[in-house]
Amino acid sequence: MKYTKKDLLHPTSGSRWGHIWSGVVGDKLAMLALIIFIFYCLVALLAPLVAPFDIVDPAFMDLMNAEIAPSWISGDHRFLLGTDAQGRDLLSVILYGTRLSLTIGICAVLIQATLGICIGLMAGYLGGRIDNFLMRCADIQLSFSNMMVAIVFLAIFQSLFGMARYQQLAMVILILVIGLTEWPLFARTIRASVLAEKQKEYVDAARVMGISPKRIMFRHILPNTLSPILVIFTVQIANAIVAEAALSFLGLGMPATEPSLGSLISAGFAYMFAGSWWICVIPSVTLIILILAMNLLGDWLRDHLNPRTYKD
Amino acid sequence: MATPLIQISGLEKAFTANESWLSQWRFRHGKFKRHKDSVHALNGVNLTINQGETLCVVGETGCGKSTLARAIMGLTTPSAGEIHYLDQRIDQLNNRQRMFFRRRMQMVFQNPYASLNPRMTVYQTLSEPISFHNPQLSQSQVDEQIDELLESVGISASSSDRYPHEFSGGQRQRISLARALSVEPDFIVADEPLSALDVSVQAQVLNLMMDKQEERNLSYLFITHDLAVVEHFATRVAVMYLGKICELAPTGTLFSAPKHPYTRALLSAIPRLDSNTAQPIRLIGEVPTPTEKPIGCVFQARCPYANQRCYETSPTMTLQSDGSSVACHAIEEGRL
Amino acid sequence: MNLLSVSNLHVNFHTKEQELAALIDVSFTLNRGERIAIVGESGAGKSVLGFSIVNLIGKPGYIDSGSIKLENKEITKMNLRQLQEVRGKRIAMIFQDPMMTLNPVLTIGDQLVETIRSHTKINYKDARNIAIEKLHHVQIASPEKRFDQYPHELSGGMRQRVIIASVLLLNPDIIIADEPTTALDVTIQAEILQLLLTICRDNGVALVLISHDLGVVSKVAERTIVMYAGHVVEEGPTLEIINDPQHPYTQGLLNALPQMTLPGQRLNQIQGSMPSLAERPSGCAFHPRCPYATQKCRQEQPRFIFSGVSSVACFLVEDMLNEFADKDQEAS
Repeated sequence: MKYTKKDLLHPTSGSRWGHIWSGVVGDKLAMLALIIFIFYCLVALLAPLVAPFDIVDPAFMDLMNAEIAPSWISGDHRFLLGTDAQGRDLLSVILYGTRLSLTIGICAVLIQATLGICIGLMAGYLGGRIDNFLMRCADIQLSFSNMMVAIVFLAIFQSLFGMARYQQLAMVILILVIGLTEWPLFARTIRASVLAEKQKEYVDAARVMGISPKRIMFRHILPNTLSPILVIFTVQIANAIVAEAALSFLGLGMPATEPSLGSLISAGFAYMFAGSWWICVIPSVTLIILILAMNLLGDWLRDHLNPRTYKD
Repeated sequence: MATPLIQISGLEKAFTANESWLSQWRFRHGKFKRHKDSVHALNGVNLTINQGETLCVVGETGCGKSTLARAIMGLTTPSAGEIHYLDQRIDQLNNRQRMFFRRRMQMVFQNPYASLNPRMTVYQTLSEPISFHNPQLSQSQVDEQIDELLESVGISASSSDRYPHEFSGGQRQRISLARALSVEPDFIVADEPLSALDVSVQAQVLNLMMDKQEERNLSYLFITHDLAVVEHFATRVAVMYLGKICELAPTGTLFSAPKHPYTRALLSAIPRLDSNTAQPIRLIGEVPTPTEKPIGCVFQARCPYANQRCYETSPTMTLQSDGSSVACHAIEEGRL
Repeated sequence: MNLLSVSNLHVNFHTKEQELAALIDVSFTLNRGERIAIVGESGAGKSVLGFSIVNLIGKPGYIDSGSIKLENKEITKMNLRQLQEVRGKRIAMIFQDPMMTLNPVLTIGDQLVETIRSHTKINYKDARNIAIEKLHHVQIASPEKRFDQYPHELSGGMRQRVIIASVLLLNPDIIIADEPTTALDVTIQAEILQLLLTICRDNGVALVLISHDLGVVSKVAERTIVMYAGHVVEEGPTLEIINDPQHPYTQGLLNALPQMTLPGQRLNQIQGSMPSLAERPSGCAFHPRCPYATQKCRQEQPRFIFSGVSSVACFLVEDMLNEFADKDQEAS
């Protein structure tokens, strides 16, 4: 095989994080998105400390305080963003809701990524029949709409084990359902990069050394395919949060006692045209800003790690 | 005298061109039939590599020389034929059985920019095989070995924490060689190790390879298309065409008296500095893709001396009076 | 009257951190029908020079100063339309990878015909005849059959022939060939070189051959320019440069060739490797690798001086010439 000059011109880089960091610093929009994301993460992490009320406290829910408008309208300084129909402080609920939504999103994507990376690596590296089988499984999985699978699964679960049981396990089930339905995206991307990496001679060199296929896959090939994973990872977190919100909105997600952003929007929607618009609008805006930041970050990463401009 | 280290006999390798199972089914004569299209990269290669020698394999793109290297190293399994290391057959070993031979036989690759893992430092690249094959060594012993190795290939040991992209092409090829030497092999396959390097750097790497050969009594199988390097470096030369060896001779003999019509054309085509060389011999047509197993001589389609016998039967290697072996009917019959 | 004259050309690359000089003070001329070669290792700037001649260096590169004159017209000051007129019609380029120029989804014939018809008003049938005649001219067997094939159906050597045919369609004055045979096998390389040579000779086309292979250069070019790290270090008749190189780099390059030493002996290597654009040393760029380097070489940049047959940029040669001149004066 002959190598043209172009193959040889781009020396590959060793420090991916350094490259990403210097790029973020240079781009204002990326910087803003990153700051927003970090802010959300911090808020979610510190929710018990930051929130003005403790949501587990039975006194928290007081119907006497129901539907108080945000403080700049009502002048009531106890509730900065007002209260919802159950009289809960909206700010506190949103903080906890963000915490739940982010946890579900990140955990679900972690499951997707683990599954997808293992399957993609095996399919790409081992090839042949295994590759064919795994990729056809991915095709079948992809041909079902994720939403449909989730709705069917959740509905069956609810009717089989009852609402009470469901409400206890809601978060775990949501994570599993969202996590298990979207792995093919990761698997396909990984497989494509593995196929490209497998052609490179360092893989042959490792094989000639007698290094085991498992070690070659995870130690040699995987670190070289992480850039595209990083991109999908960010975008998928946004998608998972949206999926969770949608399921909650449909009444198949988090219960009203443990509200995520989606179930807050859902609960507030009924009061939308009854004058208490803030119960629905404020959580929605919170969600939209988070999703927007994640997508901006993902888009920027995609451009920045593009092999045309940056040979990774 | 020369003791054979590697013996290859009747080595064949066919690659399936239509990999997918579905596309192998054809509808012909009213029946569905499964049919694999294959490319024959090696068509019965017989070769012996002696201890301490440098055997160069020359040939053009697609002649199967890289496949030969990969088959010897166990990177592809041959379809037929045998490979022996000393007196042990090594072509059908599984990964565990092969482990002993991994230490004896190593490989240096063509592209210095792809043969080192971009995400591993030089230290990591070298320490992996050393500690993998010598689990009894302590950390400090491994470090010591790595420093020694790097110094011996002319890379300062202090740069072992750097990544491959911080080195030039020549330096990377030195590191590749250091990696191959790290398990102390006695046989190295080098697949076009110089073709991606500049002339002045080529000389450095070639010198290094020669030094190491002298130091450690290495045997090389050196695969290249650069005949000038071959003339300088090889003990014996094997000329390959379409998956077969058509001439095998000691270097001096091959360059002073090439016999096979293909070897002659190849040698005449080298752009030499002295301006008074003869016009290159022009071959008709291009190298065909070997989708069918060739009948007769592999070179018949482009050979100016081919006759009916060349189309029908494949010539065998015959020993000539000056020590070279040639597979050609025309020479056998004295037509050439 | 020179066909092409490049004088004091400086080409820079603009990066975030700094301005990197890719070509420094490059001057040369090309006469009608002359064949010259630009030789150097990768990173020497030879391809940049090739692209600069037709003002085709892409961002972040740009021509900083200097002039490139095609007959009387200044190429560096042309607008896009004038440049397009020059590229192709006056100066044509051949690249290492033919697929850079060939469109993979069009047949060979369509591409050739399109080239003809975009420059001259002619109907399809006549254009087809011209194209087939040119394919025949570059020794492609059964051109009528090849006319309807796609680039991927041809071998590497055949594609390079098609490129040469397409270049010939517009009768250019200059062909710039950037490593045209590097990706090809030796036997095919010999044929393509022979073809290029005969075509240039027969049609009086000037050739600028960019190559790293001195053997190839010696077969084709009448004059050779040796480049190192963006500088021209030596220029002269090819035979003179090969038989009696003046610059230590040229000497090293030639001596490093395997055929310069006896089989089995160590090769004469040049220590180190070419510096990257960012790490160019002070003074003569070659001094860290030069066996004859002096204090002066480390500090000052040598001038380009004419030494009888060829021109060299080296203090060693300059001092030697001065010595001779002094002796001559004493004698007289």
